[in-house]
Amino acid sequence: MSTDMSLSAWIDGIGLLAPGLPDWTHGRAVLAGREPHVPAPTVLPAPMVLPANERRRASRVVRVALASGLAALEQAGLDPSSVAAVFAASTADGHNCHALCETLASSDQRVSPTRFHNSLHNTPAGYWSIATGAMAASQSLAAYDASFAAGLLEALVQIHATAAPCVLIAYDAEYPEPIASLRPIPDAAGIGLALSPQAGPRSVARVDIHLGDGPVTTLGTPSLETLRTTIPALRGLPLLQALASGSGGEFAVEYLSPLSLHIRLTPC
Amino acid sequence: MTPLHLAHHTVSCCAGDGLAPLRAALRNGSSGLRPHRIEGLGIDTWIGEVPGLDDTALTSVMAGFDCRNNRLARRGLAADGFEDAVRSRIARHGARRVGVVLGTSTSGILSTELAYRQRPPEGGPLPAGLNYPGTHSTYSLADFVRHWLAIEGPACVVSTACSSSAKAYATAARLIHAGLIDAAVVGGVDSLCFTTLHGFASLELTSAEPCRPYDAARSGISIGEAAAFGLLERTTDSLDADAVLLLGYGESSDAYHMSSPHPEGLGARMAMEGALARAGLSPADIDYINLHGTATHNNDAAEGCAVAGLFGSRVAASSTKGITGHTLGAAGALEISISAVAMADGLLPGSVHTRSPDPSIPIDYVLTSRGAPLRHVMSNSFGFGGSNCSVILGRAG
Repeated sequence: MSTDMSLSAWIDGIGLLAPGLPDWTHGRAVLAGREPHVPAPTVLPAPMVLPANERRRASRVVRVALASGLAALEQAGLDPSSVAAVFAASTADGHNCHALCETLASSDQRVSPTRFHNSLHNTPAGYWSIATGAMAASQSLAAYDASFAAGLLEALVQIHATAAPCVLIAYDAEYPEPIASLRPIPDAAGIGLALSPQAGPRSVARVDIHLGDGPVTTLGTPSLETLRTTIPALRGLPLLQALASGSGGEFAVEYLSPLSLHIRLTPC
Repeated sequence: MTPLHLAHHTVSCCAGDGLAPLRAALRNGSSGLRPHRIEGLGIDTWIGEVPGLDDTALTSVMAGFDCRNNRLARRGLAADGFEDAVRSRIARHGARRVGVVLGTSTSGILSTELAYRQRPPEGGPLPAGLNYPGTHSTYSLADFVRHWLAIEGPACVVSTACSSSAKAYATAARLIHAGLIDAAVVGGVDSLCFTTLHGFASLELTSAEPCRPYDAARSGISIGEAAAFGLLERTTDSLDADAVLLLGYGESSDAYHMSSPHPEGLGARMAMEGALARAGLSPADIDYINLHGTATHNNDAAEGCAVAGLFGSRVAASSTKGITGHTLGAAGALEISISAVAMADGLLPGSVHTRSPDPSIPIDYVLTSRGAPLRHVMSNSFGFGGSNCSVILGRAG
């Protein structure tokens, strides 16, 4: 096997929620340099696909994951109930983790069942499946600051294995204090990519990836570069910037030292 | 799919370090479960604890990874010559051509739980020295193993609750099949912590007695901890007949409920069917099923319904959680190892602590271990969030 083995897929839809990048339409204009980036807290829509009870209680990681994934599949014209999903995040719900640790440190250590199941790394995947009716395979991964690249790699090897579409949902959200001091993530953000094994009428670009080394691609706009380096899911922003510019090209996103994930983007 | 070779595997759990004590427990029906002795826990339950982890800190360059989960990981890697086997693959293929794909549900969260106990009641910062990326972070397990073994290839943690380390096998297989790596360190490590002890208790899923899988009077789980590792690689022409192959895996989602399985085990059935399809086998080809069998009322009823629907009562099946406890994110890899041992030893493992199998579940449930030639075995792992994975192993000859 060659060491520069490459994997490919077609991007049929993109979802984006990030500080000052409220959706892909607006985010594309900012990333292409047509509009300024005005930093603002991430706006997380209520997950209307969930039943009312669950919707009200849905955490920020669940909201950001559902919104980014659904936006990507809507643009791709794919039915979420039939698509395999890869969830990539550096951690689970930080607010829930803090509340659970406070309870477990108190004199009455009893926790609520909802707190417990919301502590899982795959809670967003579980709610996604309940909300969309998807019974297909779904994977939930973590690789700390390399989580976006690990997720993209998993999505492409899944497509290689199944020759079926797959949606990558990379997301992260903040911890409250005191954990925030140890793991400062400033806000919630998510990137959804609807990926297909072959070109279709909605395909935006072909993506080829391989493992390499060398420096990762940075963003020229300081406020966007700050987002890239502080929210793990947004390590994927160079890919979205290349999509936004429409010109394609080659670049690298952060993976696990000494590796970086090299991406070649060819617009359709 | 093209079969892969499970070239080495090892388990360290409450039954002991390495495969030998587990093998003995499978044969003679002994259990590693004991009543817990955790001060102030306030839960009446049995656990499968790995002794001695408190006294084996990771030091020097690995000190940043020091937590119960990574100590257990190191303990597991040291058993059965597993590390040497990995190092031989690194020497053969290069450090970048070996991957690390491991499952865990709670990683090193115990360190953060204990750190919160040191905060003043009115709040304030966590004590100095808590290393978030090395311990608490979900990825810390794979990060530690990658550093400990000086591996430079792709890595990730799969965290899908109790299916985590079965699904790690699926992801590792995909990475090898895609040509990105030549070998993978795969498996799972989960360790006792207050989140899972109190969490499962809050759902009234912990049993006051040792767990009794598939028993008519089953009353819940016994939480265990384990490190289970496998070394997965491509097959060669020179494999002997006893070599263990990964023949297929199937994954599905329940789309039903966060903490209850689909009542008829629809997602479980889809995972088993997916594994059979990928392995190119039919239900009649399977000789033994190592069930998820947690001993909760709902899990065993749903899984039993799915197994009965797909296999009838023709296939011998059992849960081995009465020996090891439910080791959560490590359970999938642990039970893949048990399935490999069962095949190698020609043994149908019995169900320790189960007295009378639930008559409403019409499957061939194995109570007492007995010899039988096994050619194809299936291992089931199902998790909260409705995450299901089924894996099929076979012999090379």
